[in-house]
Amino acid sequence: MSRAERQAAPAPAAREAYPLRRLSLFRSEIGTVFRRWRTLALLGVLAAVPVLVGIAVKVETGDGGTVGHGGEGPAFLSQVTNNGLFLVFTSLAATLPFFLPMAVGVVAGDSLAGEAASGTLRYLLVAPVGRTRLLLAKLTSTLVFCLAATMVVAVSALAVGALLFPLGDITLLSGTTVSFGEGLLRALAVAGAVALSLAGIAALGLFVSTLTNSGIAAMATTVGLLITAQIVDQFPQLEAVQPYLFPHYWLSFADVLRQPVYWDQLLDNFRLQALYAAVFGSAAWARFTTKDVTA
Amino acid sequence: MEELPARSEGPVSAPGEPGAAPAPAAVPPPGDAALEARGLTKRYRGGQLAVDRLDLRVPRGSVFGFLGPNGSGKTTTIRMAMGLIEPTSGTVEVLGEPMPRGVRRVLPRVGALIEGPALYGFLSGRDNLVRFDAADPTADPRTRAARVGAALDRVGLVAAAGKKARAYSLGMKQRLGLAAALLRPRELLVLDEPTNGLDPQGMREIRTLVRELAADGTTVFLSSHLLDEIEQVCTHAAVMAQGRLLVQGTVAELAGRAASARGRLAVTTPDPADAVRILKEHGVTDLVAAVDRVTGELPGRDAPDLADLNAALVGAGVRVRAFGRERVSLEDAFVALTGEGFDVAG
Repeated sequence: MSRAERQAAPAPAAREAYPLRRLSLFRSEIGTVFRRWRTLALLGVLAAVPVLVGIAVKVETGDGGTVGHGGEGPAFLSQVTNNGLFLVFTSLAATLPFFLPMAVGVVAGDSLAGEAASGTLRYLLVAPVGRTRLLLAKLTSTLVFCLAATMVVAVSALAVGALLFPLGDITLLSGTTVSFGEGLLRALAVAGAVALSLAGIAALGLFVSTLTNSGIAAMATTVGLLITAQIVDQFPQLEAVQPYLFPHYWLSFADVLRQPVYWDQLLDNFRLQALYAAVFGSAAWARFTTKDVTA
Repeated sequence: MEELPARSEGPVSAPGEPGAAPAPAAVPPPGDAALEARGLTKRYRGGQLAVDRLDLRVPRGSVFGFLGPNGSGKTTTIRMAMGLIEPTSGTVEVLGEPMPRGVRRVLPRVGALIEGPALYGFLSGRDNLVRFDAADPTADPRTRAARVGAALDRVGLVAAAGKKARAYSLGMKQRLGLAAALLRPRELLVLDEPTNGLDPQGMREIRTLVRELAADGTTVFLSSHLLDEIEQVCTHAAVMAQGRLLVQGTVAELAGRAASARGRLAVTTPDPADAVRILKEHGVTDLVAAVDRVTGELPGRDAPDLADLNAALVGAGVRVRAFGRERVSLEDAFVALTGEGFDVAG
């Protein structure tokens, strides 16, 4: 098939006629992802996390006490009572290690394997969707989901933070105080960095999804790889491999909250995510374009 | 589509009757096949040989019945033709292009229903079709709604178009799958067991639809294990067993090639004893008499004229209610060819 995909250019007449048609599949793909009940449930769970954290902090500090009892819990938790905007950072820090990548793993793992399991894959292929084009559409929809999932956490946290806690000028990690407007921009940048952090597992999940005809197996494998990587990342003895684990630099998003922004780890993270996307994206392409579709 | 050659065979309605012999005038030139396999072989990774050196030729304009027991390699053949599976060796050409290399150019002109319908249960019937139409890069999005509406109308699903597909009955799902295959005018329609799960009314409608499409010049490649169905709508047929092609040809030829091609003589009469005596005198063998019916094998050579035979019976005082040869069914032909029951897995 890979040979076929490269040689078979679409008929010239069809190529010029409808420029919009190229986007049809991508719109359809994104629409299909977000109309699934499962996707909405995942987003619902993600939206609930900031609500729980916000209420817990509010209850704990209702009598004037402090949170965290000496800096325990997710990053930024102790600042939430002073400034609701910190709920955005603390919620992202709480969901990034597991909830967010798990949701991405479910969507990415199911992307092709789920279509194979339900049999719709063969009808897409005889439409004919084009295997490379379908893979690109799946990657796009998964990345859009990464962004959407991150934004759901961020927006929910901002809303809860604004409701339960005061808002105002924000003191960065480096001690500098910036206006609330700039704080919002920094929050947006943090959300962007978190969404990009998920590109690696999105590509990994897509590759796993090309290996099996069972959506459940692909989801479980992807989430299993996530947990394994997180565990390996904890052991000092395995230091040598840790810089190559996709979650290794995830919490680098906090460096956006320094003045000036501390770029080293952020860029390391983006490079690592790009590497994973390239390696596993290529592997997924090589596998999917030569695969016998028997489901 | 309009320039396709005239259908090369006799009327679909009477494939098994003597008048339906192939008309030699309109035989398409070599290479002008809607689907052609040469030495097509598929060995799965487990070593199982699913299709073994298959040579198959589906003439353009034909309604081609693809028969075989479950597990005989029909679906693997169809999947190779649709570019879903790469052949281990050999080639398969669809509409003149080798597969799977030609998928992008060929498949927009091919509609397919493979191994039953597969739908997105959480989408409505209409949205399912919109999704499959959007997957085709040569489909104009501006006319998508019209195409989807026409396809729904064609299979009688307009009223249920807004319902979620998971609430559909098997028959409705089958119809929606057909609608997806009919989204655009097709030169070739590949239908794998299209009447599965349909009620008798639905089966009739599908047969009518197939005849309509064939009349428009669409080549229809129909796999089925229902011999009756093949006999009713097909002009050509091929039989597979255990990955190999047993035979292919026009339905009339296939019926004719069977050992029992010349149907038995059957006489319906209230006087079976007399009938047996008279028929025996005229050389009819293997006579079997029932309460009001006598059947027998006509002699291979020097067979008496059936009219004379009938006159002899009546002349001898045998009251004849019905007289004639039994029609040879494709099923008789199939059993004669394979020597086994039809649903025995290979």
